[in-house]
Amino acid sequence: MLTKRIIPCLDIKDGRTVKGVNFVNIRDAGDPVELASAYARQGADELVFLDISATNEKRKTLAALVKDIARHINIPFTVGGGISSVDDVGPLLEAGADKVSINSSAVRRPELLDELANAFGTQCIVLAIDARKINNQWVVHTHGGKTSTDKKLFSWAKEGQERGAGEILFTSMDHDGTKSGFAIDPLEKLHNFLSIPVIASGGAGVMEHFTQAFVLGKADAALAASIFHFGEIAIPDLKKYLLNQGIITR
Amino acid sequence: MNISVIRYNAGNIQSVSFALERLGVNFTITDDPETIRKSDKVLFPGVGEASSTMKYLRERKLDQLIRELKQPVFGICLGMQLLCRHSEENNTECLGIFDEEVKRFQAGPQFKVPHMGWNQLALSNGWLDPALDNQNVYFVHSYYVPVNPHTSAITEYIVPFSAALKKDNFYAVQFHPEKSAEAGERVLKSFLNL
Repeated sequence: MLTKRIIPCLDIKDGRTVKGVNFVNIRDAGDPVELASAYARQGADELVFLDISATNEKRKTLAALVKDIARHINIPFTVGGGISSVDDVGPLLEAGADKVSINSSAVRRPELLDELANAFGTQCIVLAIDARKINNQWVVHTHGGKTSTDKKLFSWAKEGQERGAGEILFTSMDHDGTKSGFAIDPLEKLHNFLSIPVIASGGAGVMEHFTQAFVLGKADAALAASIFHFGEIAIPDLKKYLLNQGIITR
Repeated sequence: MNISVIRYNAGNIQSVSFALERLGVNFTITDDPETIRKSDKVLFPGVGEASSTMKYLRERKLDQLIRELKQPVFGICLGMQLLCRHSEENNTECLGIFDEEVKRFQAGPQFKVPHMGWNQLALSNGWLDPALDNQNVYFVHSYYVPVNPHTSAITEYIVPFSAALKKDNFYAVQFHPEKSAEAGERVLKSFLNL
């Protein structure tokens, strides 16, 4: 049986992890490789690295970092942040990344998804969608949630799937950072609406929230950042808890 | 021991190389026929699309080379599918070591395609370390090899399918040992220790 995946997300700025301040048993929580290795040892199923560097100049070091990560960890990982062309993606996959995540640049130019799927296959293209509920509609936002667009979550997710995304990473901006649980209703709707896997993101606060995302939201995977980084939930404990809830993980 | 990793346009050569490095194994990434022929073991990795990959292999006559290898050969993911006779992925004639048709998963309400994530192995015949039985390994694929007389591990997703194969000197897995944590290392060792 295919297991549900637990995915810690690491924000990278200028080659260093940010937010990772209270992780146990780690020498340098700012070192992406060391933090990633620690998560792999704990039983994380995948990792996501999001490069939030301010400039393209600083992003150029990303491929070198990806190579360093791939050398040291033995689980799959996704790299995202500022990717806007086939030329951006090739070096990251060659360096050992398994998938790339695309967000604002796909909203700006949806054909990018077709181009990437043709060049590299749908299995390595994750369409990240940040959305917020406005007047009863889930409105897609870009640029870290700063800019609203005319796209709506469900139709954009479907279009993304048709263009060649292999997976949807849905972040509810209304839930992100609240620790009040994932956005269950849109997750379930995405599940029913799509034939590709969906990763739930935004709102994880306690272990029960993961059960809700998997059972009620039907998510294939759940992503979180701070609760893992700050040691509020340890992945082995979370997996034990989920097993007791009848949810199979690795 | 002298190990060759076949150099071609596969997407996971870097990851497979790193996994071998982590095991402390010496290897050469090469498309030189003599080097490949002379090596003790050959790894045939693979991530990508079947028809363009077969075209690439044919243009470089690597298809014939692989068929003629006598030492243990290990196909990974697309590498395993290409060792079969034919793939539904863009109607592609493959290498024909395993006389099997590679089929596409049919998505359904409960089943997403690609099959992506960690799933369990049920070992059925013996080249994989017995400790791997019921262990989770990492899969990413939309096409599968049906269960057949050469199946050495079965995984279930939509249908039971071949997670691993063996015939003569050809060994193959559908999942990614290079990304399957400790279980994946055991799989690589199972092949390297043959």
